[in-house]
Amino acid sequence: MSHDIASLENIVAQLLDEARQQGATQAEAGVQVSQGLDLTVRLGETETIEHTRDQGLGVTVYFGQRKGSANTTDLRPEAIRETVAAACRIARHTAEDPAAGLADPALMAHKIPDLDLDHPWEIDPAEAAAIARRCEDAARGHDTRIRNSEGATLHTGRGLFVYGNSHGFLGGYPTTRHSLSCAVVAEQDGEMQRDYWYSSARAAEDLQAPEAIGETAARRAVARLGARKIDTTECPVIFHAELAPSLLYALFNAIRGPALYRKASFLLDALGEPVFPDWVRISEDPHKPRGLASAPFDNEGVATQPRDIVASGVLQGYILDSYSARKLDMQTTGNAGGVRNARIDSSGETFEQLLARMQRGLVVTELMGQGSNTVTGDYSRGAAGFWVEDGQIAYPVAEITVAGNLRQMFEGLLAVGCDNDIPGAVDTGSWLIERMTVAGN
Amino acid sequence: MTDSLDIARATLLDAPGLGEQALVQVMDRLLSRQIDTADIYLQYSRLESWVLEDGIVREGNHSIEQGAGLRAVAGDKTGFAYTEDIDLPQLLEAAGTARAIARAGQSGRQAIASRRDLPQLYAPLNPIDSLDEAAKLALMRRLDEAARAADPRVQQVIVSLVAAQDTVLVIDDQGRLAGDVRPLVRVNVSVIVEQDGRREQGSAGGGARRGLDYFLEDERALGYAREAVRQALVNLEATDAPAGLLPVVLGPGWPGVLLHEAVGHGLEGDFNRKGTSAFSGRIGEQVASPACTVVDDGTLPERRGSLSIDDEGTPTQQTVLIENGILKGYMQDRMNARLMGVAPTGNGRRESYAHLPMPRMTNTYMLPGEHDPQEIIASVEHGLYAVNFGGGQVDITSGKFVFSASEAYLIENGKITRPVKGATLIGSGPEVMTRISMVGNDLQLDSGVGTCGKDGQSVPVGVGQPTLKIDELTVGGTAA
Repeated sequence: MSHDIASLENIVAQLLDEARQQGATQAEAGVQVSQGLDLTVRLGETETIEHTRDQGLGVTVYFGQRKGSANTTDLRPEAIRETVAAACRIARHTAEDPAAGLADPALMAHKIPDLDLDHPWEIDPAEAAAIARRCEDAARGHDTRIRNSEGATLHTGRGLFVYGNSHGFLGGYPTTRHSLSCAVVAEQDGEMQRDYWYSSARAAEDLQAPEAIGETAARRAVARLGARKIDTTECPVIFHAELAPSLLYALFNAIRGPALYRKASFLLDALGEPVFPDWVRISEDPHKPRGLASAPFDNEGVATQPRDIVASGVLQGYILDSYSARKLDMQTTGNAGGVRNARIDSSGETFEQLLARMQRGLVVTELMGQGSNTVTGDYSRGAAGFWVEDGQIAYPVAEITVAGNLRQMFEGLLAVGCDNDIPGAVDTGSWLIERMTVAGN
Repeated sequence: MTDSLDIARATLLDAPGLGEQALVQVMDRLLSRQIDTADIYLQYSRLESWVLEDGIVREGNHSIEQGAGLRAVAGDKTGFAYTEDIDLPQLLEAAGTARAIARAGQSGRQAIASRRDLPQLYAPLNPIDSLDEAAKLALMRRLDEAARAADPRVQQVIVSLVAAQDTVLVIDDQGRLAGDVRPLVRVNVSVIVEQDGRREQGSAGGGARRGLDYFLEDERALGYAREAVRQALVNLEATDAPAGLLPVVLGPGWPGVLLHEAVGHGLEGDFNRKGTSAFSGRIGEQVASPACTVVDDGTLPERRGSLSIDDEGTPTQQTVLIENGILKGYMQDRMNARLMGVAPTGNGRRESYAHLPMPRMTNTYMLPGEHDPQEIIASVEHGLYAVNFGGGQVDITSGKFVFSASEAYLIENGKITRPVKGATLIGSGPEVMTRISMVGNDLQLDSGVGTCGKDGQSVPVGVGQPTLKIDELTVGGTAA
């Protein structure tokens, strides 16, 4: 990489300087560069080698309460003036917006803690291919019914990023992210089922073993064979741990600033109200060491803080940036850019204990389509998974839907398992929900 | 200057100071004896977007993306590198990286030959300049006012306007140089309505490979505002959707997302070459009812999903996928066509220079049948009539697909009775297509809003269909 943090800081400083010279009363700017390798092995052979190298800069200018922004992939010095000029041109046409502007200067991060996010992986394509091959070999060798493969992919990347604004804030840091994934096809009696598994981490040493990823992918694909459709019914539903983050995101989407000030949320005025049963705690920890979503400051330079979003089942706070906070006459929660390292505490049960508690119902291991309405809370998605009888997995099911209303689903959350084995940006076990409509035959 | 190739050459070769000699040098570096095909993809994209909310145009953005992607293919192995700096040293370095997929060897130099025999399905204009800023903003404010005037229950209106110009130049291993200048515009209106404490949303929009004047013709964009309000008000009256297997009648146009998910993705060449699609190895077989003829057509002038040439320089075409229910062919890019021993179909597309091309849809639609739409509805005793959809998704391997209705009605005794809430519909592509028993005579294409995602790459697409009846499909409502 021909850039380092200092050279990016220099570009940001030039952008802010140029914005001031072109008449902006406030400005913010960011620059990022990244470099990486994506390598896929399929059926034992290297299929693609992609060398990635991305760069970009963006600037937002304010003329009083008028705002304009521009971005480009061109980092040459002449692009700085042109990009600022483009942003200023936009700002001449936007309207005065009382809520527009940078975040409060008092909220800027003063200290930038080292969150241990930079662990470069010096790996060449031959070594990457060897690891991907071990992963795919383990999947293909796991079961004779694994007859085809979409391959195993190793990704490694390192990025540098700097953000600054006209309050004098300037901060940046390097991050790395590596992942290994595998997708295989199981076949039996003319039926084909595909499934996958992956691992993602800031440091290569934190990735799951290649063989373990491959075997999990194979086991999941084989487990889907013989899937049948079930009759339409109402029953309890377990959302397996890998899918439970989507339910947390459904919550977050409903308590994000834009959904609230547009009155486009089923959780309007829910602050301080019970949304979940009283044992539920949902938190975020932006400072988690090596966390996949960790960040010492948000996209506006505001210091991030660990906090509870839901405590004792009661909604403690919204998810706001400075714009939506001003629209709501509140203060930013340091969430410009989203929720970071969300977590829902487990109620203590293992996955098997959740099955035993459910007795009869559906375990969902795949969700398809959108079908989650933030305005009304109406929820209806395609699904596949397993039917449970007498507290045991009975058989795989497919081509069904699960439907309900998110508000009732949250209220009907009976348990969260301690079965999370996926280190990701969201920490959650499987969710047992009291009752949903399952549509099939 | 109205020729796409000349504009693309001026933007991507002359402006950065690259000559044909430089391209020969880069291609020479990219090629070696073991390389079957290679290409250099140069791109310069400009995009401008505006958002109106709470009655004011509160933000706008101007974006420039440029770069070059270099690909070398040996057998079924691909080496790929890209650079944001379009200059000779960076291109040579990327070429050296990409060709590492094959062992080094010698190759003959290919002279560059500009292709001037290619179709031009849209004017190579820059839609950002097609209206001045005052006119763009005035249009957005008119849509806001129209939506608010349409009904007092309208609480919130968001209008977005996007204009983009994408200029590309593709040089293949034969030295053939093809250029394209692709305009694209899009307007969307979404509203929130409220009645007695109940809130619902509605959304409508459209777009084309045109200038922004497209939206002023026949008050087209005002139609989006009225349509968004109409949909939201219908949803205010909606009751719980049914759950279970039901006959489903799909309206014309955008519900064609059915075809995109149920058969479109499954007929892309890469999945079929690898044998991972539910349609693999089934050419010549009956995969749909005889009422179904489905095509992918990238040649419709000025449509969002159309391209004069695909991202590998191949002219687009109309490809018959299913004819009277029989599977006829797949959609191909160059690599998969070569490996399967067939001709490319002009479906090699990529999101940008930083992504590898793969087989993708353009405009995918079903040809009209013989039935009057009213006759189709009248044939259903108890079922669902779905006319608007959100997105969809498919599992290529099992064939299972979903698409989510955002406006639907119950059919009772052959008549549309009352609106029901949005629900996800799920089926198996190869099975559902055989259950299409009636096809209407009212083919419509969508209004120019589709975006398709595959392997993390987004490209604009179109869909369309006449009214059609599926005898049995699982409807994911809550009213058992």
